[in-house]
Amino acid sequence: MSEPILGGVVHTDADRSEPLLRAGNTNCGGCGMSIALNMISRAVAERRVQIVIPACCGIVTAGPFPASAYGAPVVASTFAAAAAVATGLARVTHANNEDIRVLCFAGDGGTYDIGLAAVSAAAERNEDILFLCYDNEIYGNTGGQRSSATPFGATTTTTPTGKHVAKKDILGIMAAHRIPYAASVSMAHPEDMMRKLQRALDVRGFRFLHILSPCPTGWKSEPSEGVQLVRWAVQSGIYPVLEVVDGSLWTVNVEPDFSEDALESFLGHQGRFAGMTVTVAEVRRSVLRSWDALRARCGPPTAPAESNGVGAD
Amino acid sequence: MTMHMISANHATAAAAALAARANRSGRGFCSGVYPITPQTECIERLCAEQIPKGSVVRVESEHSAMAVCMGGALSGARTFTASSSNGLAYMAENVFAAGFYRLPIVMMAVNRTLGPPWNIWVDHGDTLMLRDSGWIQFYCEDNQEVHDTTLLAFRLAEDEEVLLPVMVCQDAFVLSHTMTMTDIPDQEAVDRFLPELRLPHRLTDTPRVVGGLDFPHQTEVHRKQHLDAMGRVPGVYARIQDEFERCFGRRPPDPVVPYRMEDADLVLVSMGTTASTVRTAVDEARARGVKAGALRLRMFRPLPERAIREHLAGRKRVAILDRDSCPGLGGIVWGELRGLAAPGAVVQNYLIGLGGGDIRPEHVRGVLDDLASRDESGEPHFMEAGA
Ligand SMILES: Cc1ncc(C[n+]2csc(CCOP(=O)(O)OP(=O)(O)O)c2C)c(N)n1
Ligand code: SF4
Ligand SMILES: [Mg+2]
Repeated sequence: MSEPILGGVVHTDADRSEPLLRAGNTNCGGCGMSIALNMISRAVAERRVQIVIPACCGIVTAGPFPASAYGAPVVASTFAAAAAVATGLARVTHANNEDIRVLCFAGDGGTYDIGLAAVSAAAERNEDILFLCYDNEIYGNTGGQRSSATPFGATTTTTPTGKHVAKKDILGIMAAHRIPYAASVSMAHPEDMMRKLQRALDVRGFRFLHILSPCPTGWKSEPSEGVQLVRWAVQSGIYPVLEVVDGSLWTVNVEPDFSEDALESFLGHQGRFAGMTVTVAEVRRSVLRSWDALRARCGPPTAPAESNGVGAD
Repeated sequence: MTMHMISANHATAAAAALAARANRSGRGFCSGVYPITPQTECIERLCAEQIPKGSVVRVESEHSAMAVCMGGALSGARTFTASSSNGLAYMAENVFAAGFYRLPIVMMAVNRTLGPPWNIWVDHGDTLMLRDSGWIQFYCEDNQEVHDTTLLAFRLAEDEEVLLPVMVCQDAFVLSHTMTMTDIPDQEAVDRFLPELRLPHRLTDTPRVVGGLDFPHQTEVHRKQHLDAMGRVPGVYARIQDEFERCFGRRPPDPVVPYRMEDADLVLVSMGTTASTVRTAVDEARARGVKAGALRLRMFRPLPERAIREHLAGRKRVAILDRDSCPGLGGIVWGELRGLAAPGAVVQNYLIGLGGGDIRPEHVRGVLDDLASRDESGEPHFMEAGA
């Protein structure tokens, strides 16, 4: 890991005494999910948590019975059911006055696709759950098929000529449920990410965090470049970093510079865009269009655009 | 105890609510519910119950209804849901999951025809589809039995030697919507009958994964444990029958319920409310001097193989009435029981009352006549009761 995130992803005295992600897990080198879990671990600190993980790379991470690479109790749920299983856990821990945070840690498949009905229903009921979606924009576990989080243009094993429709706006969908807190976080902007994790852990009711999660295996990118790819994604406007309170108060937390450089670097450093039949200009137009809609919700930019995204929060 | 004029749907909800409240000093109660005809009145009634430390979560699908029960059970709560037909088919993935997690969830299932085409009447194919899900299954004959079985299902599911989910099945409309006088025990008696649930594998603070990855040998071990737990059910059930009788003054029926079997040559085997009609037909046949008898299969999982073998020993002709169909085989119950009759016996399958066709005594008389005339069994015999 060449990125100096949190002084590296090493475990320090400042961290949870039992890290959420223990050493010896089976994640690919450079997996963004590993970075996300380490940051979540630091934010969770000594809070009591129970985690529901549906079918996805994140449950393979745990390793085979009876071992666990997770430093917290985990329920491995069926693919679509994480939010509903978490509902049961949250209801019963509440009824017994236990101060336990119930977390879901799901991939984009378990969130955008097969899990969406259960996620939407739990959000509508405002269950006391923190739902974390690590989004690698692909079905990683099954070898890299498209999901509705796969971006416009990306090739996957089931979109060999590139995906011809845009990624689903999951944050917009979740915000439309008027949940207390919904945000997207960037692992290239750790202070912003840590602040949001803390807030999401402390707010009660349904909270949703979207985490763009580099997947060197699926993105066909350098394992060491994951965080840089996220930075380019934020800078180019491809991945908006924002938060929505009560479904109405929208704030952009990191202003992109919409530079062609960032966009070209983001696309150019990933093999999944190499065979795409859509042009960079088309991708750019689609990004700008989505920002028009976003500005309508968030208002005009409040801060000058950052040139490199580092410390931009 | 007081008598109430209620449907089996309401009798089930009453039992679930009593069981729920009985765990108030434990970790409470949790349920996920989703409506489907003919189960709807059961969950509506449950939603109106006052349950301390209880949650009834109105979810968006049966898949989630069972998932909420799984989460609740994993946190140590008593859990219940109800469904039927396509709801069960939609829930199926999590029905299996609940079995594999070894969670003592109780589910009432109203037996209804699977669609399309849509048909809301009784047919056992929906719950029989789930026979391999690792759940205990009971098929009931009247409202009181539905109520009592629901109560004892919690005791059986939660027994430390068992720890398996239990499905309590009842026939659509014939029971679900028919009101009969039903004896509902008071809370104190149920509190005595149902101790607090203590789930050994409930989620605490210990870092471990429930339901994670298994290698082949670990799966073999887990499957063997599941089989062994099922194997202990008949013994535990017998103990619970005694306990139930002590608490409530009536004895729940055995896994296999015989009727006029003493010297019977012709035996009719059925499940659910069909058995009531069969008894009438057996009485008529006996009045005509025909040596007819009947078995009602009340417990289908675990299959009470030994009891069935003993009842069928020495019988020459056996009719198995299936209110279900398995294209490519015949009847599901027949498929399971045909090997349990005495060697050389005629074991003839009758598919009868599919899609809720009203099985009347004359239909059963037809089965008896056909069976009596046979020297060997033939293809499954398809009978039209709905005509
Ligand atoms: C009901 C069901 N359908 C399909 C699968 C196979 N499956 C397991 S994980 C997975 C994709 C997971 O994708 P995602 O949620 O994005 O997580 P990732 O693997 O990318 O981390 C699929 C299709 C399954 N386990 N269950
Ligand atoms: S396939 Fe991607 S998401 Fe899955 S473990 Fe590997 S890098 Fe991580
Ligand atoms: Mg994914």
